[in-house]
Amino acid sequence: MLHPKPHDTTSENPLIELRSVSCGYQNNSILENLSLKIMAGDFVGLLGPSGSGKSTLLRAILGTAKVYSGQILIEKTVSSKKQPLIGYVPQLETIDWNFPVTAEQVVLMGRITHSPWLPWHNHQDRKQTLDIMTQLGIRHLHNKHIRELSGGEQQRVFLARALVGNPKILLLDEPVSGMDIKTRDDTMHVLDQLNHEGITILMTTHEINSVAAHLPWVICLNKSIIAEGPPSAVFTADILNKTYNAEMPITEFEGLTIVAEKPHVFGKK
Amino acid sequence: MFEPFQYEFFVRGIIAGALVGALCGLVGVYIVLRKMAYIGHGLAHAIFGGAVVSYVMAINFYVGASLWGFLSAVLISLASRKRQISNDAAIGIVTTASFALGIAIISRYKSFTRSFDAALFGNILGITNGDLIAIAVVALLCSLIMFFWYKRFLFLIFDEEVARVYRLPVTIIDTIFSLILAATVVVSIQILGVTLIAAAVVIPPVTARLLSNNFHKVIFISVALGSLYSVAGMYLSYYFDISSGAAIVLFATFWFLCVSGYSWLRNR
Repeated sequence: MLHPKPHDTTSENPLIELRSVSCGYQNNSILENLSLKIMAGDFVGLLGPSGSGKSTLLRAILGTAKVYSGQILIEKTVSSKKQPLIGYVPQLETIDWNFPVTAEQVVLMGRITHSPWLPWHNHQDRKQTLDIMTQLGIRHLHNKHIRELSGGEQQRVFLARALVGNPKILLLDEPVSGMDIKTRDDTMHVLDQLNHEGITILMTTHEINSVAAHLPWVICLNKSIIAEGPPSAVFTADILNKTYNAEMPITEFEGLTIVAEKPHVFGKK
Repeated sequence: MFEPFQYEFFVRGIIAGALVGALCGLVGVYIVLRKMAYIGHGLAHAIFGGAVVSYVMAINFYVGASLWGFLSAVLISLASRKRQISNDAAIGIVTTASFALGIAIISRYKSFTRSFDAALFGNILGITNGDLIAIAVVALLCSLIMFFWYKRFLFLIFDEEVARVYRLPVTIIDTIFSLILAATVVVSIQILGVTLIAAAVVIPPVTARLLSNNFHKVIFISVALGSLYSVAGMYLSYYFDISSGAAIVLFATFWFLCVSGYSWLRNR
């Protein structure tokens, strides 16, 4: 089980702040008038149906989605000037697993801003890479091709690439998507450990009960923010209905809020 | 065995072939891994159009064809950035239009007497010292750029989305790569011919990929194979009296089949 830090709503110094942001791609605004504060040390889950703008929100913070109005501040500075602070793990479905790279070569990519004009990686890059791989328990896999790794190991390699530049913030796009229970729990514990070491984490997820319910703070998103707060406050039938446009009954089990899907009978009238 | 080396044209051809093969092997790794294998074929056809226009307008072949090829590569890159147009469709449109323009000019000017057999199928007999210098300069410049921008190229082709997050100048890198690609195809036409360049760009990296999972090694193997295929192919073209482009491609295909068989047996 995770041991989350509480979201400090009283803090005057948010690490990430969105002020009335509208953003999207190719003159198509996906998120409208979004205001949000992420505090240092937060571990936040971003929930919402497919197409709700979760990935777009991450990309807006990263500076790769177009911001049409409003402002995104990172440590009170416009986000595009603060990129080295952020580590990013994209959805792994986009990765070409047949690409000829080893785990170490992938992690080294995260050091590109440290010696950009050298054609090779310097000693510090390599040391940092092996250190972070050791920390994440994948040091012994450094020479392995990425396709030879298990799902959890692949996730850790990309996590290591995001961390090797020493970021303060980690953005993860569906980091536990498609994982079995054991791998998912292992990954979540690694993230929890990183959060306890001081890294602020914002992650998108579709796993309401197994992931989001254990996080200290969740944001329900569907083109705009529907609600945010601790899961116990946010996971109500009304909020989830507004977020997912579907009936999702709530129940309690051993002190945990469980979100159920309304049972359907398919194929019968 | 050393008989062909007594001819100056053959020595020039072998040197040019080794350089062009290595260059195609190097550039080909990036093309194949970006899933743009068809671009070598397409660009060669586009440059044929540029070569004809250069001839008609009395512009130096290297200047005219390179400029034409570069513009075609940039157009392909721009067109394929639109979500509705895939890479292969963009290549198909731009390059066949350019090739058609070349054909149209040839048929319009009945006085067009120059033979384009060499441009279509490759011929080492026509390689001059000037061609050799052009090939060497292009090979050196392209190798230097790809060496010093190695990390950037690798990151961009592996994970463009995250490369943008790290503020890599994606558009500039793409444009420079288009320039490298255009220059590679232009200097390769004489040896390989328009119709056969694609194989020289694709077969060495694909074979190298079967032999290694490591990006550095794939590059080294691809460059070595590209050069070896060219030299051996040209040597064979002398003895069998066939076009250099065809000999190189057939030799490369033979080894690709051998390595594929080896790879299949190893993975059983």
